[in-house]
Amino acid sequence: MVYERDLNLEATELRLGLPGTVTEQSEKQKPNSNATKSNKRSLPDMNGESEVRRENSSVSSNDKKSHGQETAPPIKTQVVGWPPIRSYRKNSLQAKKLEAEAAGLFVKVSMDGAPYLRKIDLKVYKGYPELLEVLEEMFKFKVGEYSEREGYNGSEHVPTYEDKDGDWMLVGDVPWEMFINSCKRLRIMKESEARGLGCAV
Amino acid sequence: MITNKKPRSSDTDSNYMRDDRTEMSEDDDRSPPSDSIANGSCPTRTCTPGSGSGSGSGSSSIPEYSAPYPDRVLENVLENVLWFLTSRKDRNAASLVCRSWYRVEAMTRSDLFIGNCYAVSPERATSRFTRVRSVTLKGKPRFADFNLMPPNWGAHFAPWVSATAKAYPWLEKIHLKRMSVTDDDLALLAESFSGFKELVLVCCDGFGTSGLAAVASKCRQLKVLDLIESEVSDDEVDWIMCFPDTETCLESLIFDCVECLVDFDALERLVVRSPSLKKLRLNRFVSIGQLYRLMVRAPQLTHLGTGSFSPSEDVAQGELELDYVSAFAACKSLVCLSGFREIVPDCLPAIYPVCANLTSLNFSYANISAEQLKPIISNCHKLQTFWVLDSICDEGLQAVATTCKELRELRVFPFDPREDIEGPVSEVGLQAISEGCRKLQSILYFCQRMTNAAVIAMSKNCPDLVVFRLCIMGRQRPDHVTGEPMDEGFGAIVMNCKKLTRLAVSGLLTDTAFAYIGKYGKIVRTLSVAFAGDSDMGLKYVLEGCPRLQKLEIRDSPFGDTALLSGLHHYYNMRFLWMSACRLSHQGCQQIAQALPHLVVEVIKHEDTVHMDDYADTLYMYRSLAGRRHDVPKFVSIL
Repeated sequence: MVYERDLNLEATELRLGLPGTVTEQSEKQKPNSNATKSNKRSLPDMNGESEVRRENSSVSSNDKKSHGQETAPPIKTQVVGWPPIRSYRKNSLQAKKLEAEAAGLFVKVSMDGAPYLRKIDLKVYKGYPELLEVLEEMFKFKVGEYSEREGYNGSEHVPTYEDKDGDWMLVGDVPWEMFINSCKRLRIMKESEARGLGCAV
Repeated sequence: MITNKKPRSSDTDSNYMRDDRTEMSEDDDRSPPSDSIANGSCPTRTCTPGSGSGSGSGSSSIPEYSAPYPDRVLENVLENVLWFLTSRKDRNAASLVCRSWYRVEAMTRSDLFIGNCYAVSPERATSRFTRVRSVTLKGKPRFADFNLMPPNWGAHFAPWVSATAKAYPWLEKIHLKRMSVTDDDLALLAESFSGFKELVLVCCDGFGTSGLAAVASKCRQLKVLDLIESEVSDDEVDWIMCFPDTETCLESLIFDCVECLVDFDALERLVVRSPSLKKLRLNRFVSIGQLYRLMVRAPQLTHLGTGSFSPSEDVAQGELELDYVSAFAACKSLVCLSGFREIVPDCLPAIYPVCANLTSLNFSYANISAEQLKPIISNCHKLQTFWVLDSICDEGLQAVATTCKELRELRVFPFDPREDIEGPVSEVGLQAISEGCRKLQSILYFCQRMTNAAVIAMSKNCPDLVVFRLCIMGRQRPDHVTGEPMDEGFGAIVMNCKKLTRLAVSGLLTDTAFAYIGKYGKIVRTLSVAFAGDSDMGLKYVLEGCPRLQKLEIRDSPFGDTALLSGLHHYYNMRFLWMSACRLSHQGCQQIAQALPHLVVEVIKHEDTVHMDDYADTLYMYRSLAGRRHDVPKFVSIL
């Protein structure tokens, strides 16, 4: 990837878009690749998975077009001053969007019995169902149904996390926003070890 | 009975005060036809002249009134009466009665409103009106906000500040919109007006924190310092520290648009020594923990801009534990809430205690969902003004419609202002609002898809609409259900909303839409058009049909010289006409300039647009008594 940037192959690449529409995409990708500063990737192809997901979820009209080009309407050139939003507002919200996309909230995920850890970006997911699905995929396990009273009853593995206070909590107990703001790392515990967690008191 | 009491200056404020003043729309800005003041200062109708010939009725059969100086008595009476006249429209009418009334009106006008700073020269204005206490000036046309005007076009405050510094040393208030203001201008202002009380800068630029520092330190009577959507450069001067150490008269301090850090301790001390402070709008560099400290110091606030509404990065832990709910509960007079620049949704419940009293709520920088909005909005029964991001989706708008029965103004801004995306709000939200908020007067709605049916529904459900601005972001998008142009929807609006004075159209529109506007939009004053119409007929319908039209801004529409010429009868009654990327030729513009000598016809050239040989990139024309201006930049030619 780094080599590609230096050679600037993108400039000479043939695409269906009009000139000027590529910039958005490459600009969006830059913050992403900066965010993944930790090059601790041991297995690039497995991380490639999460990269693709990131691309899919970043709201870029160009991304959508390149993935579904057959059905997408022709890409319109950017027009000055349209839609009519004052630059102050545009800049404020633009900054927010880029911040949200760039910052990421990367946490380590470990699973009892697995030899290596993974890292995921919590900001990418909209809620618990999505997160759990991703974890299940990543580590090849299944969680049972979550309920407030009984946690993840009936599954071999239980997703837990360490919060800002250093306590180990059950994933799913607090509202999503609160979770992503307080989660420092994830650990998928064996059910036998997880007893004692779950809803407090 | 006429009392001799002169109205206090605060009485005249009511004309300009709106809830949050970001829209300085005028009640009426019709100047008298330029004939009457074009040649010096003689109105066309005069009283029977003659000092000492008794009453000015002109009829010689009436016996002479025997009093020492009858005209002086009349003038004194007039002066006392005219003091009470506050509306611009009334004053303009009074000034046309006769020479004597013209003179007295000029002497008694204390609020000078200039809707286009190039329509009259500062010298002329200051020599006619000699006792002005407040000046309002508007500069660039609105499309300049969207980068359609090259920078350094003009609208400089400098000549105005120097003229008023000489003419009105007692000046108390200056309100500017879309003007270029420099630090030197602000320094001169601070030096020249010892009793200066109120500075409001809306959408201005060209100055920085050093200019603010000058105002803060020298204007000891300052009550209002409002910076609204202005660009303020960071000169690394902490202007908050420049306020004097003593108790201040501050009633309103609005700086949410200032993109630089202020020293928080200095700000806190300022709030503590400003016991009259009612309006405080913080910028996004103030964290929620800091907000707490300020609120605790100023529970008397009526208007609050909350700043970032998120914890600062380093002190996060402690900040999350403060009792925000109590802080809000203590602000019993809070009616207007805004800010939320970097909101952490978990903090939102803190505002519950004030919801029931809120009349104005601005969430337009808060990326919140419908679920996050619902618990808040369901308590806002008194809400009259609501600004929000489309992140709340149609569902959020339905929640608004359910509770906010008193809603007068709604603005829905796009979180992601691009053209070809799905978009979270649509005709569903608009329809819901129209059904729930029957008292609606003003709406600005950005969306990706719309239907005529929903717009028609709004035209019927909301008969009080005065301002209808719909922006379908995809250019020339038709009704997404029927595939038809949006003509019928906008047609219904002009037909059914009998109080409508401001209209902005969008979507796929044919000349038919304009025919409707020309036929029914009899009181429309402001019209905004983009990417619309088929032919010259569109513009002709409007110019021929709308006698009250004052401000017309058009971009990227196929209107040419013929259409332009059809408005000759009306241009002197307008404040301005803007047409960019249309089909106007230089010759066409030249013809207008020749036909109407009191019109300034500017053709603005854009570097980056690839224009056809003879087409005028941008036409901006306006009536003026001042003739061509002296500060014309290279890219503007005045015909």
